[in-house]
Amino acid sequence: MPLITYRKALNDALAEEIMRDENVVLLGEEVARYNGAYKVTEGLWERFGDKRVVDTPISEAGFIGMGIGASMLGIRPVMELMFWSFAYVAWDQIINNAGQVRYMSGGLINCPIVIRGPANGGTNVGATHSHTPENFIANTPGLKVVCPATAYDAKGLMKTAIRDNDPVCVMENTLLYGESWEVPEEEYTIPLGVADIKREGTDVSLIAHGRAVITALKAAEILAAEHGINAEVLDLRSIRPLDEEAIMKTVCKTHRAVLVDENKPFCGVSAQISSMIMEQCFDELDAPVQRVCALDAPAIYSPALEPIQLPTAQRIIAKTLQIL
Amino acid sequence: MPSPTEDEVAVDPVDFSKAEVNANLTPDEKMGILRQMLRIRRFEQVSLKYYNQGAMGGFLHLYIGQEAVAVGTVSLLGKNDHVITAYRDHGHALAVGMGMNECMAELLGKATGCSRGKGGSMHFFAPDKNYWGGHGIVGGQTPLGLGLAYGLKYHGLKGCALCFMGDGAVNQGAYHESLNLAALWKLPVVYIIENNKYSMGTTLDRSSAMRNCLAERADGYGIVWDIANGEDLYEVRAKTANAMRRAHEQSLPTVLEIDTYRYYGHSVADANAKKYRAADEIERYKTHHDPIRLWKKRLLEEGVTTDAAMDAMDDEIKLEANASAEFALASENPSPESIFEDVYWEVDNQTEAGNTGRHFFGD
Ligand SMILES: Cc1ncc(C[n+]2csc(CCOP(=O)(O)OP(=O)(O)O)c2C)c(N)n1
Ligand SMILES: [Mg+2]
Repeated sequence: MPLITYRKALNDALAEEIMRDENVVLLGEEVARYNGAYKVTEGLWERFGDKRVVDTPISEAGFIGMGIGASMLGIRPVMELMFWSFAYVAWDQIINNAGQVRYMSGGLINCPIVIRGPANGGTNVGATHSHTPENFIANTPGLKVVCPATAYDAKGLMKTAIRDNDPVCVMENTLLYGESWEVPEEEYTIPLGVADIKREGTDVSLIAHGRAVITALKAAEILAAEHGINAEVLDLRSIRPLDEEAIMKTVCKTHRAVLVDENKPFCGVSAQISSMIMEQCFDELDAPVQRVCALDAPAIYSPALEPIQLPTAQRIIAKTLQIL
Repeated sequence: MPSPTEDEVAVDPVDFSKAEVNANLTPDEKMGILRQMLRIRRFEQVSLKYYNQGAMGGFLHLYIGQEAVAVGTVSLLGKNDHVITAYRDHGHALAVGMGMNECMAELLGKATGCSRGKGGSMHFFAPDKNYWGGHGIVGGQTPLGLGLAYGLKYHGLKGCALCFMGDGAVNQGAYHESLNLAALWKLPVVYIIENNKYSMGTTLDRSSAMRNCLAERADGYGIVWDIANGEDLYEVRAKTANAMRRAHEQSLPTVLEIDTYRYYGHSVADANAKKYRAADEIERYKTHHDPIRLWKKRLLEEGVTTDAAMDAMDDEIKLEANASAEFALASENPSPESIFEDVYWEVDNQTEAGNTGRHFFGD
């Protein structure tokens, strides 16, 4: 299987879906002629032209709202936020319009849109540019959200997101764009709501999404090599819908869980999962569920400190050793 | 055409040196203006060097080429006049009197930085100098500038808020809402659009619908607007002075669009910096429209100074800029505990409110 980058995997997914469905349109700042601020849409404008790949002004509320409206007439817009941090100027459109229109219309309208872009800290761009709003989106029934951790997942989930008839938020990661994974040449999709065991193990379950999966895998290697602990790593991939069954299955197998989350701890994704484990497999647990989250403050700029604000393999190991 | 009003002071359309605010400038003040422009340029050149060496992270949006805008406008400010801008904020910061040391240290994320290493390049602040940042979200500062004007009017102070923004920011909804409020409530805010003709790699004509210029959109709100040539420091001052007078005397807003140009990419990380505009375009601006070069020429023509004196000033400023890098490099990193400081006022000040209920959450 060819090794391709997370960025290229997304790019291929977008190209394939543009070719597959004439109603798919890419919209966003610098996505066309500039090839995307992070080059995810590289070459697509050249290949598919002005109608399919559209540069927008810096008007997130305007163009995202427009995409929602256009979807009412069958357009399937895929809208890039240069950073998910900029979603907040379009929050009403995303939460109230995309998120509620189906319910408010008693099911008469649906909203087949994708909003995508990077949502991560760790690049020293300061608090305004480092938000991870997957928990906010997941808190909104009507919206879906996925956080791919590998190139394979990024491609498969993006294709499914575009074909899905509900609004799907795809949260990517600038620190993963340049990383490579094996991706098959033949076409595939990955259903939303299906988690993936990234490493089989027996002693403890590390449950994560997005780049935290990569950090958890690193921690698992060290736990095996240095502590003789065999950790299982479960990648949620999709936050809402959530693969509840996979979570309970791994917890029932290892009887211990450490949740790794680059989001803040308060009301984050891991808080939800922790509560579900407690409710559904309390009797299976041999130790309290542990969490490793971002340190609970706005993202600090200082390059010397930001690395310790996000979950590190060391913190995951420390938490794991506490319960083993 | 701009929409002149009765209160406007007549200025010679070609020679703004005769405008009252400029005719009264002393030679020292003129040299002070040169000093500030040179400080911005040399500071940023040094910061670029250290960015390229990996001493800082994230973004670095350079202001080089636009110096006459920040320096010309800020040179007019009085005690109750305030400044707020976007992420391309080093120029305004130095112009309002911030020191190179705390600015450079902020770029390096050090505890001695103006924002204690928390904000970085896009988030410089100095409230003691009426400088309210430094804002990373495009257009996000535009209602804040309005709020500064609201605060001034509320307190009955004769002042104004200069709110700087890019030509791309005019397409954010918050700006349009702000214009309506400014006109409706007669608030003394001056929106200064620094039109450097690009928002990242997008040219003006591909991002903004307009008749003749961006400022003209103010017509829809009945707000007076004007345009200025940002390479001419006298013109920047003359037109800003008109807007400020309107704010001070009548408590009315103005939109002032100042034509300018950035020499570097959108940020230092702009991989396409040399693709979306022709190399000769950049060269043309550097050669024929450089605000510092033109100001120096002016000072020589007026007999204010000599080449030798200006070179000596420049050398001194280069030393200052290099010294600020030394200072920043030698400074301590912020402590890990400081991550949790500066989040809540009540907690930092250990008040009863700050000690009641849990404010921070662990894993
Ligand atoms: C709401 C929002 N959208 C997008 C961005 C990313 N971004 C930062 S600067 C910029 C271009 C702004 O151009 P302009 O307003 O002309 O200012 P200039 O950079 O030329 O000073 C963009 C798209 C952002 N910071 N905030
Ligand atoms: Mg611009």
